[in-house]
Amino acid sequence: MLSYAVRGLTRRHGAGEHAVLANDGIDLDIGRGEVFGILGPNGAGKTTLVRQLMGLLRPTSGSIHLFGADVVAHPETAGRAAAYLGQDDGALADLPVALAIETTARLRGLTRAAARRAGRDILEELGLVALADRSIGRLSGGQRRLATFATALAGDRPVLVLDEPTTGLDPVARRAVWRALDRRRASAGVTVILVTHNVLEAETVLDRVAVLDEGRVIACDTPGRLKASVSDAVRLDLVWRGDPPTDDPVVAALERRSAVTGRRWTARLPAGEAREALGWLTTGPAFAVLDDFTLATPSLEDVYLALGGRARDLEHA
Amino acid sequence: MSAVGPLAAVPGPIIARAAADGADEASGPAVGAGPAVVLGRRTAFGPALAAVYTGQLARARVARIPLLFVAAFQSVGILLLLRGVVDTGSETTREQVVAGASVLVVAFVALNLLAQRFGALRAAGALDYYLSLPVPRSAVVLGTAGSYATFAVPGTIVTAVFGALLYDLPLDRLWMLAPVLVLAGASLAGLGAAIGLLAPKPELATVGGQLGMSVVLFLGIIPADRLPVVVRAVRAAVPSTYAVDALADSFHRHVHWWGVVVDLLVCAAVAVVSLAVAAAALRRAGRA
Repeated sequence: MLSYAVRGLTRRHGAGEHAVLANDGIDLDIGRGEVFGILGPNGAGKTTLVRQLMGLLRPTSGSIHLFGADVVAHPETAGRAAAYLGQDDGALADLPVALAIETTARLRGLTRAAARRAGRDILEELGLVALADRSIGRLSGGQRRLATFATALAGDRPVLVLDEPTTGLDPVARRAVWRALDRRRASAGVTVILVTHNVLEAETVLDRVAVLDEGRVIACDTPGRLKASVSDAVRLDLVWRGDPPTDDPVVAALERRSAVTGRRWTARLPAGEAREALGWLTTGPAFAVLDDFTLATPSLEDVYLALGGRARDLEHA
Repeated sequence: MSAVGPLAAVPGPIIARAAADGADEASGPAVGAGPAVVLGRRTAFGPALAAVYTGQLARARVARIPLLFVAAFQSVGILLLLRGVVDTGSETTREQVVAGASVLVVAFVALNLLAQRFGALRAAGALDYYLSLPVPRSAVVLGTAGSYATFAVPGTIVTAVFGALLYDLPLDRLWMLAPVLVLAGASLAGLGAAIGLLAPKPELATVGGQLGMSVVLFLGIIPADRLPVVVRAVRAAVPSTYAVDALADSFHRHVHWWGVVVDLLVCAAVAVVSLAVAAAALRRAGRA
């Protein structure tokens, strides 16, 4: 079952010669229980896209269906299934954290008592209990974002649409957010749609990711397959403790194909070759002078750069 | 040496474009199992109104208390200033100065501050919070307007009591503050909300709110019989006038209650229209 089905979504900002295509013919199918990411640079049209998914912005053309309901014709239906975390929290800034969560839960239809219980649970889950009575506007940037994220969890919606939920969060808080999302997906099949700048976040938590550039989806797949589609090469980093044994044929071959920075060698190799080389090094005599090694797949950042570059080339062609 | 075969035997560009792993697999969405999702219900008007109102009231504890005092200080200052200027021998003048200064507190908080608040929320995109919730827009507008009208209550009472004592007016008529506060609060907050939500820029919302307050200041406090005929016509067109007149009339020794009721009905009508306009503006703000 699909959560969102989006077809030909186009949104033009402005008119005449100043018109900008913020979204350009976007098609997306987002399954129930998926953690779906939207990755792209500033100005790529990510926020425009999620605001349309929430019925907050009328598309210039195209269709959006949420569990089969037509969001373009009936924008108010989005709020009945999806919770939204926007980038600005001004509406909540003067509220104490606990009350902000409780109020949001009540606005999503919970009774006062149920909203209070939900608030307590969420505060505990995100480690916000100590801040319950502090006003959101007076918290530090990261705490403030986490408190606002907590309001999106209130009322247990089957879909969460989150615009950069972890911006400014420290690693501990970021993991608390990821765990909270994962728990809801596992226990209730909650769909998460997440706008992100953060490559680590994209690689850690997303089932699939749509890469947005200049309003278009230039790639949409699992992070693993996206990375594989760019290159099957992996990065092998070697750090030598002493002089590398260059009379060893594998070491000699690696040296030829590495960028050498002092005692650090960085080579890009097909995954199979890298595994073989590493196996040879760690079981042979070279291991005695090998201080450290890492084997890493390309990051989504590499993917974005590769795909983005290609898209720009196409436009100039 | 078979272990190093590929590495030694295949020199050249290491980074080769290769088939994606599992390229034959479908790359569509993971389809979750489980029962069909039924869209949740819209939150009913009453509970939504109560949640918005109590949420907004809590803001007073956090941020608005200084502003309540500013509003009262301003009106008390005006009362003291005019005490030495106006003809305190005229009962009508005294009644209107006190009533005008009291309604000015409502205008400051409910009209001016609310216009600024909605203007700022709209400019920042912060209205998305409300617009993405399954609540009637009218509940958001009415709940917020109601809370701002409530913020005006302490300042208005302080001003009215101080004014009645300073200008030697009967304190036993101050119960009339209750209906005046409710209806003047609703109408002025409705206007403030409409200005804030309709103004294309937050600066214009601020100017609109200030202007509305200035109108109340000049046309509400200055006794009507001192105004030129043209300005008196403008006075009759301003909603706050009816709140001022209702309160001023109730200080009379012989109150014309029907006149007071009519004044209050005008306030109620303005409240209904302006709140409806504000709710429509909020719906529109969400679909720009």
